[in-house]
Amino acid sequence: MTDVLLVDDVAFAYGRHQVLDGVSMHVGQGEFVALAGSNGSGKSTLVRVALGLAPPASGEVRVFGEPPAGLHDRWRVGYVPQRPVVVDQLPATVEELVASGCVARRGWRRRPRPEDRRRIERALAVVALEELRDTPIVELSGGQQQRAFIARALAPEPQLLVLDEPIAGVDAESQSRFRDALVTRCRDDGVAVLLVSHELGAVADDLDRLVLLRGGSVVFDGPPAGLEGVSLGVHHHDLPMWLEGPSGPLSGVEGPSGPLSGVEGPSGPLSGVEGPSGPLSGVEGPG
Amino acid sequence: MTLPLPWPFDREYMQLALASGVAVGACAPLIGTFLVQKRLSLMGDGIGHMAFAGVAAGLLLSVSPLWAALVVAVVGAMTIEWLRLRRRASGDLALAVFFYTGIAAGVVLTGLAGSLNSGVLTYLFGSVLTVSPSDTLTICVLGVLIVAAVAVSWRGLFAVAMDEEAARVAGLPVDALSLGLAALTAVTVVAAMRVVGVLLVAALMVLPVGSAQRLARSFGATLRWAVGIGTGSVVVGLTVARAASLAPGGTIVLVAAAAFTVTAIADLGRRRTRVA
Repeated sequence: MTDVLLVDDVAFAYGRHQVLDGVSMHVGQGEFVALAGSNGSGKSTLVRVALGLAPPASGEVRVFGEPPAGLHDRWRVGYVPQRPVVVDQLPATVEELVASGCVARRGWRRRPRPEDRRRIERALAVVALEELRDTPIVELSGGQQQRAFIARALAPEPQLLVLDEPIAGVDAESQSRFRDALVTRCRDDGVAVLLVSHELGAVADDLDRLVLLRGGSVVFDGPPAGLEGVSLGVHHHDLPMWLEGPSGPLSGVEGPSGPLSGVEGPSGPLSGVEGPSGPLSGVEGPG
Repeated sequence: MTLPLPWPFDREYMQLALASGVAVGACAPLIGTFLVQKRLSLMGDGIGHMAFAGVAAGLLLSVSPLWAALVVAVVGAMTIEWLRLRRRASGDLALAVFFYTGIAAGVVLTGLAGSLNSGVLTYLFGSVLTVSPSDTLTICVLGVLIVAAVAVSWRGLFAVAMDEEAARVAGLPVDALSLGLAALTAVTVVAAMRVVGVLLVAALMVLPVGSAQRLARSFGATLRWAVGIGTGSVVVGLTVARAASLAPGGTIVLVAAAAFTVTAIADLGRRRTRVA
């Protein structure tokens, strides 16, 4: 599989505070990868480094085989920032926002062409915001705003989509539409997706790989089911919420105090994992 | 040459004021819409103070104050934006540094040129009723340049104003567009100096935009409303100023402020009705 995004032994520090330390990961064409970890684990910094917004102290980043800063046709990378800023009283409509996503691909001096119109319509349809196209952004709910920003990223039809905490605080219906949009882009169009989130419940069953960061280092990189039988040495709060859900690989994990003592549940992938000496010993409960 | 226009624009000096004022009344909100969206509402103020230093330098060196102001304002505006883009200083800190340096340099240079004379005051407070035909021509040419530049680049400027980081990731030339907007702001300030003065120029960049935001439901409509309110403020302001023998620059800005107040109250009422 061709690597669309390759991060190789990257380190990054804010002053003396080391945020990333020897991080390596990759995202292949058509692959759906989630990047998870607790607050301060370095997820957003890794995204910024991967996108060329912050230069690494050491290591190498390649996007479509080129350094991010030297990448031609950068519109091939779609980006949904963490908590996009919506200016108070901003009068821009949903359609104007989504159309702004096509400007880089078309060239900022050029007028919109019929194919731009088609791309905008498709992006609006993917996030189911066609009927709100003329609504000012500020009049939308938080979930609808987030879908509009996702549509902006989808509009130029990127080949790599990077989303930083896109479903934080988003309602269930929006999460479902969001999941459909990502899976369609991934499976049907071969778009590579890197999703940074605590809340993976909506997409947990569709992930190809999960990359787990802790303290600026990768502690797990593989299919979510691969968590089964792996000793991560991570705390309970490092694990994304979906791992605790009814169908996640840690379903059935119980016991507030011990390191997975009392792991139960007949149906989850980790059913049968028990006691402090089990394969997930070291994963600790909140207590 | 006097055109057969009705009162209050029946005299040549009023017609020159009208032409200069309408050019500025259209361009200032046009640029201001992007500045407000980028939360740089006070940029016009900072650049205005640098333009004042340019005027004083022009008077000291016996060169055209308008062109001297244009050079100083463009260089200063692009430096402010460069500092902001490189994160060498936050936007408001960079503005403050140039704001005070500009006004201080202006005062010192004016002193060197030989006291605070009336020539300087016309740039500080505006003197649209005394613009010459050549001044009017210069202002209108600058206005056409600003409108043409915005017509070509507004989609890129909008994308950058919406989300600078996403625009950078997408490959838009964020630095070039931001520096270009700063340069256009400087040109607008210089064009507006004779109409409302450097001390009030930012008002014409911000107040019509604030009113337009409360009336419009799209970015395109905001641009159109802002330009309409800006030019309308000039026409009404000049009319009131002539009728009541008021200072025209200040009157134009007061009309724009009144329009903002009315739209803000109307918007508040509309929101309350919607909630009820």
